[in-house]
Amino acid sequence: MTDTSARHIPDRLHSAAARLLKSWEVLLLAVAVAIFVANSFASPYFLNAWNLSDATFNFTEKAMIAFAMALLIISGEIDLSVASIIALASTAMGAAAQLGLGAPALVLIGLATGLACGAFNGALVTGLGLPSIVVTIGTMSLFRGISYIVLGDQAYRGYPPEFAFFGQGYVAWVISFEFVLFAVLALVYGVVLHRTNFGRAIFAIGNNPTGALFSGIQVRRVKFILFLLTGAMSGIAAICLTSRLGSTRPSIAFGWELEVVTMVVLGGVSILGGSGSIPGVVIAAFVMGLVTFGLGLLNVPGIVMSIFIGLLLIGVIALPRLWAMRTR
Amino acid sequence: MQISVRAPAAGAATAVPILSLDGITKTFPGVKALSDVALALYPGEVTALVGENGAGKSTIVKILTGIYQPDAGAITLAGKPVQFPTAQHATDAGITAIHQETVLFDDLSVAENIFIGHAPRTRWGLIDWPALRARATEILGRIDADLDPRMPLRELGIASKHLVAIARALSVDARVVIMDEPTAALSHKEIEELYQLVERLKAEGRAILFISHKFDEIFRIADRYTVFRDGQHVGSGRMSEIDEGELVRLMVGRSVDQIFPARAHQIGAECLKVVGYAHPTEFDDISFSLRKGEILGFYGLVGAGRSEVMQALFGVTRPSKGVVRIDGQIRAIRSPAEAIRAGIVYVPEDRGKQGAVIGLPIFQNITLPSLSQTSRRGFLRLAEEFRLAREYTERLDLRAAALDQDVGQLSGGNQQKVVIAKWLATRPRVIILDEPTKGVDIGSKAAVHAFMAELAAQGLSVIMVSSEIPEILGMSDRVIVMREGLIAAELEGAALTPESLVRHAAGIGGTA
Repeated sequence: MTDTSARHIPDRLHSAAARLLKSWEVLLLAVAVAIFVANSFASPYFLNAWNLSDATFNFTEKAMIAFAMALLIISGEIDLSVASIIALASTAMGAAAQLGLGAPALVLIGLATGLACGAFNGALVTGLGLPSIVVTIGTMSLFRGISYIVLGDQAYRGYPPEFAFFGQGYVAWVISFEFVLFAVLALVYGVVLHRTNFGRAIFAIGNNPTGALFSGIQVRRVKFILFLLTGAMSGIAAICLTSRLGSTRPSIAFGWELEVVTMVVLGGVSILGGSGSIPGVVIAAFVMGLVTFGLGLLNVPGIVMSIFIGLLLIGVIALPRLWAMRTR
Repeated sequence: MQISVRAPAAGAATAVPILSLDGITKTFPGVKALSDVALALYPGEVTALVGENGAGKSTIVKILTGIYQPDAGAITLAGKPVQFPTAQHATDAGITAIHQETVLFDDLSVAENIFIGHAPRTRWGLIDWPALRARATEILGRIDADLDPRMPLRELGIASKHLVAIARALSVDARVVIMDEPTAALSHKEIEELYQLVERLKAEGRAILFISHKFDEIFRIADRYTVFRDGQHVGSGRMSEIDEGELVRLMVGRSVDQIFPARAHQIGAECLKVVGYAHPTEFDDISFSLRKGEILGFYGLVGAGRSEVMQALFGVTRPSKGVVRIDGQIRAIRSPAEAIRAGIVYVPEDRGKQGAVIGLPIFQNITLPSLSQTSRRGFLRLAEEFRLAREYTERLDLRAAALDQDVGQLSGGNQQKVVIAKWLATRPRVIILDEPTKGVDIGSKAAVHAFMAELAAQGLSVIMVSSEIPEILGMSDRVIVMREGLIAAELEGAALTPESLVRHAAGIGGTA
């Protein structure tokens, strides 16, 4: 090595401001603001603190799962059984409530059910090396199937009154407990993904699992933990949702897995793994919440709403691609 | 797309080549793969193409099969100048190749594989299945292959797959059959059957280009030889007029004209000892030791098991037997993480897949195994990461626009520097380099060599797996030659010559 002139390599090519301006999150934020403005013009009921607070329930539970799902998808895996985990956890809590257990026990049961389901998925994927999309399509039917066997066309009701706090309680003024939980979890997941060694390992695995393994990353352990987290978050969502509805039917949270995945992808997480951010998922949660709420105020039926969400997803994903084609 | 080319009448081998290439030159960015080479193939004769790895054999095969276009030179087929702008043109002209790893379709049936791209059609344009099966059966019968045309290819062994590839060659009535190391994956019995088949193809008047590293089979089966070295044609003639020694001399040449760094270093105490290392399928009875400051070369043919031994040492695969001692202490290495902790790091041959994490920036690639060092309580410290990355990239003279650039945007040589920097940052004791300069341009090659010498001088122990004889000779203090999963020889000093390397690697009998 002739070190007559060791050339200096700068840390970063672009300034922080330039990177921010080109980021997906900024584009998505612009979309969110546009929808907010459009909604406030379209309906006189939109700009009302209580209405807006109600609107957050459209996305808080799904977003909690979406945070963990984002990590899982960045690592190159997916969990399509999350909505069925909600059903199973809710059924377990309902059964426990019938036995007269109190709110703390119900919370523990919901969380434990979620963790157990996540561990089951994780063991099948990382232990046996099965593709996660296949495993979790299987457990999607399995977990909800158990709920149907237990409940049939019945429903569990009669949850203890203090259990209602998780889905119906307010911390201060219009700020609900769920919204606070959502905000805290967003912060925790953002820090874990973007500021810790564990988060770095997730990105490395998603970009190149073999390369990550060859760099000393414990690939299977990281993935197993991510399945556990996704299961746990589904358990927490089950607690909130069950508490909010005050009842459990086997069809609870039906179809949520796709809404969660939509939220994650809309948030800029690559479905192929390797890239994405928690701020993106947070904004995407607001976008989806605002769209459904706005359309609801305009009395647009649910079917049409899902058409809107679908078009929004395709539009936001296709826009940058179309832009790149034009400027090439 | 039905093309029917009549093979010339079998029998007396004429001295007129059916296919000849003259003055073929092919350049890739930074590398001249072929320089003014010639090759002639004769009907009813087997021509062996011989040369070291990187001599340009694969490039000429790709030119012959229309995958690459030569920059200069002429191809003459049956007296007429031709060009193969696509693979289909080469196939239509009656040139077919059977590769080491046969390019077939596992989920299609034997018959479909044989006729892919030129299946018989009904008058509605649909595939004529009865005709397809009948013709497949007929062709398989011609080569005595007892295979059901309806069987999916997935269920066949490697030898049967070769038979399908050969049947495919016959189905287009190929005038020229290229066999690229066809026996590499076959057992003795299967190899015998392949030889008989080659004889039959000869008798039918087809010209065969036979690429092999195994001298015994070249002398058994070939009628003529052509030798390439470093992209140049260095000799050709009849097999009857050459012996093994002369062929080896042609292959390796005498000029080792690459310049390697002068090595001034002291070899210290033993730091790594491997005893009785074995794997159920890849290698057996591997024992060697490595001393501080030493560069130990591992030479052998592709598939000799060198990389497999290294990957077991690095914890990627589990050996079934054997003990690894580092500084006298037995260490169990069950994962790369444990290997790194034990001070063993591995720069893999497959840089894009195993070495660099493409998609992550340069600095994150470098700190990936050192995160415990740069972080505090599991939280990243970016300033520390940049500092560590800067220290090692500047030592290696990396050329990059910024440290947050995606490592995938770098050239092969610079990616290799990132991978090496990543490992040096872990301050290892043993660094294993698997084909460290493969696909690296000449300039970066010299830099990698110089750095390797510097590392050894600093007391690091280096294992270098390489298939390039000049590199092995120029860099190693000692060389272990592997063949078919076993250690064939350990060479050092005067015994370490190009001829001895080739002889042991190819298993040419007698000489010690």
